[in-house]
Amino acid sequence: MADHKPKGISRWLFTTNHKDIGTMYLVFSFIMFLIGGAMAMVIRAELFQPGLQFVDPNFFNQMTTLHGLIMVFGAVMPATVGLANWLIPMMIGAPDMALPRMNNWSFWILPAAFGLLLSSLFMEGGAPNFGWTFYAPLSTTYGPPSTDFFIFGVHLMGISSIMGAINVIVTVFNMRAPGMTLMKMPLFVWTWLITAFLLVMVMPVLAGAVTMMLTDRHFGTSFFDAAGGGDPVLFQHVFWFFGHPEVYIMILPAFGIASAIIPTFARKKLFGYSSMVYATASIAFLSFIVWAHHMFTVGMPVKGELFFMIATMLIAVPTGVKVFNWIATMWQGSITYETPMLYALAFVILFTIGGFSGVMLAMTPVDWQYHDTYFVVAHFHYVLFPGAIFGTMAAVYYWLPKWTGRMYDEKLAKWHFWLSIVFVNLTFFPMHFSGLAGMQRRVPDYAIMFSDFNMMSSIGAFGLGLMQLLFAWILIKVCILEKGEKATDQVWEGAEGLEFTHMPSPAPYHTFDTPPKID
Amino acid sequence: MSLFRKMALIIAAISVAVLSGCSGQEYNMREGVTEISREVYDLHMIVIWVCVVIGVITFGAMFYSMFAHRKSKNPNPAKFSHSTTVEIIWTVIPFIILIALSIPAVSLLIKMEDASNSELSVMVKGYQWKWEYKYIDGDDNLGNDVSFFSNLDQASRDLSNNAGSGFSGVEITDENYLLEVDNPLVIPVDTKVRFLVTADDVIHSFWVPDFSVKKDAIPGFINEVWTKVDEPGIYRGVCAELCGKDHGFMPIVVKVLPKEEYEAWYAEKVAEAEAGPDLNERTMSQLMAEGEVAYNKYCSSCHMPNGEGNGPFPSLVGTEMVTGEGTIEQHIDVVLNGVSGTAMQAFGNQLTEAEIAAIITYERNAWGNDTGDKVQPQEIHDIQNGGGE
Repeated sequence: MADHKPKGISRWLFTTNHKDIGTMYLVFSFIMFLIGGAMAMVIRAELFQPGLQFVDPNFFNQMTTLHGLIMVFGAVMPATVGLANWLIPMMIGAPDMALPRMNNWSFWILPAAFGLLLSSLFMEGGAPNFGWTFYAPLSTTYGPPSTDFFIFGVHLMGISSIMGAINVIVTVFNMRAPGMTLMKMPLFVWTWLITAFLLVMVMPVLAGAVTMMLTDRHFGTSFFDAAGGGDPVLFQHVFWFFGHPEVYIMILPAFGIASAIIPTFARKKLFGYSSMVYATASIAFLSFIVWAHHMFTVGMPVKGELFFMIATMLIAVPTGVKVFNWIATMWQGSITYETPMLYALAFVILFTIGGFSGVMLAMTPVDWQYHDTYFVVAHFHYVLFPGAIFGTMAAVYYWLPKWTGRMYDEKLAKWHFWLSIVFVNLTFFPMHFSGLAGMQRRVPDYAIMFSDFNMMSSIGAFGLGLMQLLFAWILIKVCILEKGEKATDQVWEGAEGLEFTHMPSPAPYHTFDTPPKID
Repeated sequence: MSLFRKMALIIAAISVAVLSGCSGQEYNMREGVTEISREVYDLHMIVIWVCVVIGVITFGAMFYSMFAHRKSKNPNPAKFSHSTTVEIIWTVIPFIILIALSIPAVSLLIKMEDASNSELSVMVKGYQWKWEYKYIDGDDNLGNDVSFFSNLDQASRDLSNNAGSGFSGVEITDENYLLEVDNPLVIPVDTKVRFLVTADDVIHSFWVPDFSVKKDAIPGFINEVWTKVDEPGIYRGVCAELCGKDHGFMPIVVKVLPKEEYEAWYAEKVAEAEAGPDLNERTMSQLMAEGEVAYNKYCSSCHMPNGEGNGPFPSLVGTEMVTGEGTIEQHIDVVLNGVSGTAMQAFGNQLTEAEIAAIITYERNAWGNDTGDKVQPQEIHDIQNGGGE
């Protein structure tokens, strides 16, 4: 069957094909990852030693702000949406996403949104400089003029995410092949379905927060201004009501990825499938009632602090269940260590380290010492870099042969993995120490007792930055130079799931024109 | 496996080398000098060890499986995929551990939040980018006689700006670099001191690690936090909440004195306040000299030492308001009252009359502005106290 699709640029502009859109999301997120990473390099260069050597403090703040925003909204989130686009229809036996035109639109909004955000770098007064959490009144009364471009950009990203999420929900509920019951769906589909619900529930809250900022800035309201009867802390409540579920939006798809990869390379079924589903759902539920653990120092009533502390600590229970299930999946399996498996295992181990520091941070009395220090920076980079991003890399290595029909260069990929492991730990582990010793976040300069750990972090970060260029080269070799062995249809010896059992490699442009039969 | 082992060895070697090279202060939370801070430290160590034990067990099982259940050792995978018993066990055990951890945390938190029966109250107010301390001396004296601002010391600021560029910067060796101020907060030892924390502009956060005190300073709201320090000494902290450009340059220094010394210090401060401001007339060169010092301390972080401004902060060189004829009153007004909606603060209640007069004179005559205008402390005093004459 011939694929009829437009040639050249119009194929990509007008496409409604889930595979093309998935590819565009992934390419876009990788470009954003490199841009956000370049900003991290500026940050780490400035922090290489005490003193101001490279940039002035105001520009430094613009870098930390844009690094955070771009990595969260531009790199991690679109990457998982790209994976969802590619994989969900193939995993549930659907021919495409349920709402293909909306799918195209939700992608093409993104370049506009990030164009707006990045253009602020070239404006008078500079880019947003108030941190990715944009606390009022630093971002309202005191924000640079470009803040309005940031607000509009966030609105666009929100629209894009909400549409993407609606598409996933509608697809999963309506497009499953006959016999593909909910409790037979691959865990990646489950985690993404739950992620999608989180997205539709919290992105409007974020939109509300930035809209209130906009009216505070220009239309005389005082939501966040005490002088007009408002409350700056209200901003933080609204922001973190979005912000905490947001961290699960970024990590849940990676949970699904690990749950797909570990059974394949352990050649054993996923342990405790249903408890994995329930654990994911409980994490999602709990994520709505813990937001104020980001705000233990704002002066909440002690009862409020106790509630948020205990609720937060409870998240460790379902998260622990997931980790134990992954280990039980490996137990008495027959394990091999191809690159996707290495990344998935590194994800489990390093994400768990981020989980441990999470439990520490949850405890209010000690959080007073950790809050807003590099300990927090270490914590969330452990769950995001070796967590969400290693998860995504595992996914790319795992499904790339299915997407392109070619195996990547395993030797280079192993180098990429092992060096990444060294550099990621060299970058982020010393941050625990500098944070505990008393170094606060978001500063361009620091006291000399933090010098050694900062220099280590910087060296690690430069190495980690280089590793991404190696990753780009591995991908270019497969995708553009079309080098590499031909992949088999099953790709991996132990792979299960419709995308490996019911279609050739590479997956044809249209799959499941007629739904597969699922027993 | 050999590659894996090598990597693990390298990582272990690096961490051992690193940790053995520095003292506990440099990589762990400090115990501090209050009962609360020591309890916080103990709880922190308990949680760390709990995490380490859980980590060793979990990762131990995982590494064992990675090693023993390799395909080459275990070619035929087991078939099990479910066990309600173990799933219940590993749900319940973490739950119990967490409850056990939360018990000491709850009681400690309740203690930390109880600021009642304090013997001294100090208002701590954050500004971009300095702190103001105001002593509230019992119920009978709400006059707030003693209050002062605390800025980053000039030596740190100079070092920071002159650290060279690129990776071949000047090596900074001053131990208190970025941790020194001109006027430290002074409190007595063995006294329950309550800090009333607020801010003037954006959110700051008052953090002194040795006291285990961290509280956000929020404009328009007052937060309460307390400490009772055991040992006299000098304790250093920083602003912990991003508050704009110089967030990293507004340290906190607390000098804890024995009670008698504190009383003497306080009496001296009261006497100073009662003596009133120094309004003596100054010559042009005196004004310029004092102005240069004050400008560099209070103004140069935004308007830059050369007066040319930076990004959103306007230049003062040749600007109409600074050099134009008859603009002197407007210039004074901006310095005293600030420009609302911008980072330009109202310096009227932060600086002395003499400092303001010197700064304005300096700005109107430095960097080739050369207007010849001179402002005396008395004029500033009259404007501040006469208002609309």
